[in-house]
Amino acid sequence: MKFGLTTEQQLLVEAIRGFVETELMPYEEEVERTDKVRPELIAQIKERAIRAGFYAANMPEELGGGGLDHVSLTLMERELGRTSFALHYVVARPSNILRACKGDQIERYLLPAIRGERVECLAMTEPGAGSDLRSMKTRAVRQGDQYVINGTKHFISYADVADFIVLFAASGEESTAKGSRKMITSFLVDKGIPGLEVRMGPKSVSHRGYHHCELVFADCRLPASQILGEEHRGFDVANTWLGATRLTVATQCVGRAQRALEMATKWAATRQQFGQTIGKFQGTSFKLADMATEIAAAELLVLNAAWKTDQGTAMDQDYAMAKLYATEMLARVTDNAVQIFGGMGLMAEVGVERLWRDARVERIWDGTSEIQRHIISRALLRPQED
Amino acid sequence: MKVLVAVKRVIDANVKVRVKTDGSGVETANVKMAMNPFCEIAVEEAVRMKEAGVATEIVAVSCGGASCAETLRTALAMGADRGIHVQTDLALQPLGVAKLLKAVIEKEQPKLVITGKQAIDDDSNQTGQMVAGLLGWAQGTFASKLTVEGEQLRAKREVDGGLETVLLKLPAVVTTDLRLNEPRYASLPNIMKAKKKPIEALTPDALGVDPTPRLTVLKVIEPPKRKSGTKVKTVAELVEKLRNEAKVI
Ligand SMILES: Cc1cc2nc3c(=O)[nH]c(=O)nc-3n(C[C@H](O)[C@H](O)[C@H](O)COP(=O)(O)OP(=O)(O)OC[C@H]3O[C@@H](n4cnc5c(N)ncnc54)[C@H](O)[C@@H]3O)c2cc1C
Repeated sequence: MKFGLTTEQQLLVEAIRGFVETELMPYEEEVERTDKVRPELIAQIKERAIRAGFYAANMPEELGGGGLDHVSLTLMERELGRTSFALHYVVARPSNILRACKGDQIERYLLPAIRGERVECLAMTEPGAGSDLRSMKTRAVRQGDQYVINGTKHFISYADVADFIVLFAASGEESTAKGSRKMITSFLVDKGIPGLEVRMGPKSVSHRGYHHCELVFADCRLPASQILGEEHRGFDVANTWLGATRLTVATQCVGRAQRALEMATKWAATRQQFGQTIGKFQGTSFKLADMATEIAAAELLVLNAAWKTDQGTAMDQDYAMAKLYATEMLARVTDNAVQIFGGMGLMAEVGVERLWRDARVERIWDGTSEIQRHIISRALLRPQED
Repeated sequence: MKVLVAVKRVIDANVKVRVKTDGSGVETANVKMAMNPFCEIAVEEAVRMKEAGVATEIVAVSCGGASCAETLRTALAMGADRGIHVQTDLALQPLGVAKLLKAVIEKEQPKLVITGKQAIDDDSNQTGQMVAGLLGWAQGTFASKLTVEGEQLRAKREVDGGLETVLLKLPAVVTTDLRLNEPRYASLPNIMKAKKKPIEALTPDALGVDPTPRLTVLKVIEPPKRKSGTKVKTVAELVEKLRNEAKVI
């Protein structure tokens, strides 16, 4: 069993850290204050990320991407996770689901996303369908070689700045042993087409500068050629390509937790009360010890799942465990960091309150902690049940 | 024009250095190491010269133990073309390094040698000057701007009184100051290429150099802790203290 990084992986970590520190971190305060990333700043970050080869690092080299293996990608995402989500989102890692593009979809969606010319967003969730995605009400009704879409999606990250949408809609019903269930089809939808309205969503406590939207489809017509993957097989496409997204969330949590720990440690080593640094009180120092231990455990889970992905042996529960543990760890670590800072921890100028706020969404999106536990427990119990 | 850059592996600038309890040196076990920041500036300058079409090949050289190869890989990922690792486990001192570099330079015949003005571990600020001295080459130390003009090199130097510009005849040795440039982070394609670039391993023996330390370190101690200051109420009190306590006016 080898835990060491290759020379390239070490160099990659150093390089990404340098990129984050010079190109992204200097703008964190501005993004927090203004709740947006200026278009010129987006253009600047994008241009530098493309020049450094970090843009679309997750995509295969032959398509113009960085061609990173999953362990390397996980290390890169960990480093990006140290800074503001709104900023590192600009260093796009286009959704792997675009790899399902076929024919002229490749030139219209996949390659422009890799080149940084077009940005995608992913629309599954609806007001009435969150964890229970299959209950979605957005319908795609076939009329000749067209589909007519009606329904509403919400919580759609980045739809305000995206150029196109990977949409999931119910396209029919099938009967199974457990009764009838909806069949889902996935579509590529250009923003700006008739019948689609994009509205800004409500303000969220986590990740300032990044926004989510509501998408309203009213008799929106799509040619059948816009189907991503096969008709009625939308969830297969999602399962094939989106599993590792949970790992991305998890490793970014590790990076953010490391930053919180560094800040808290520095503070504990210098802040004086009762005539000594607060780090000399076991009440503080043991918190730091627990934080460090939990971060290390989460990192091992995450890297192990990444390594298994590279070996082709990763299971759903590997991703679920990594996401569950890393996101819940981040909540505890950032909460402790605020506690160690005392009152100052709540002040925007210090920056730990941001890490603490940003931590909250991680236990909810890309599958709540409860849904991850459901996946893990089903994997345990299913083989024992009749 | 072939450019040779010397790179040293040192304790990372962000690490709080600790003196060993027996006073024999500083703690290097389990400590994060990195390329000396002034050496990074040297590599960056060479890469910029290559991008500008002035340099044709960049050779990075590091002298020391096995892990120096990692520092060389960093230089290769930044854009150096190949590396030379002079392997030795001796605790090298500036004169030893300068002799090793001289031997490598005679073998490689570069037109320009760039080194950091000092390494952030021992702060000697000697190696570049010694290399120039041993070779009998021109030297431009503490450079904050470099321009190659045909067979000459114009170097702006940061000196106590301000900036001094010197014109050096090539071949020459230059040492870098902080303001010469801002080193880049390596790009992904260059990181991937770095693995395939060659690192040649040499030994002091093969170079015919004996880099055995000539100086003996007797003891390393931590600098005294800074005492906290005092507040004065009036200007008169300040003047009185400066005159009678600090005895500086
Ligand atoms: C800021 C933000 C951005 C988002 N971006 C996107 C996006 O880009 N695209 C997209 O499609 N979606 C996106 N989402 C949606 C996100 O994935 C959902 O919020 C998430 O899946 C949970 O769904 P829900 O909010 O409807 O909660 P619900 O499903 O209503 O869950 C409410 C509570 O019930 C619990 N629960 C539900 N079912 C079970 C069960 N079977 N067992 C135990 N507990 C259960 C949940 O764990 C939770 O605690 C985003 C959400 C947010 C907040």
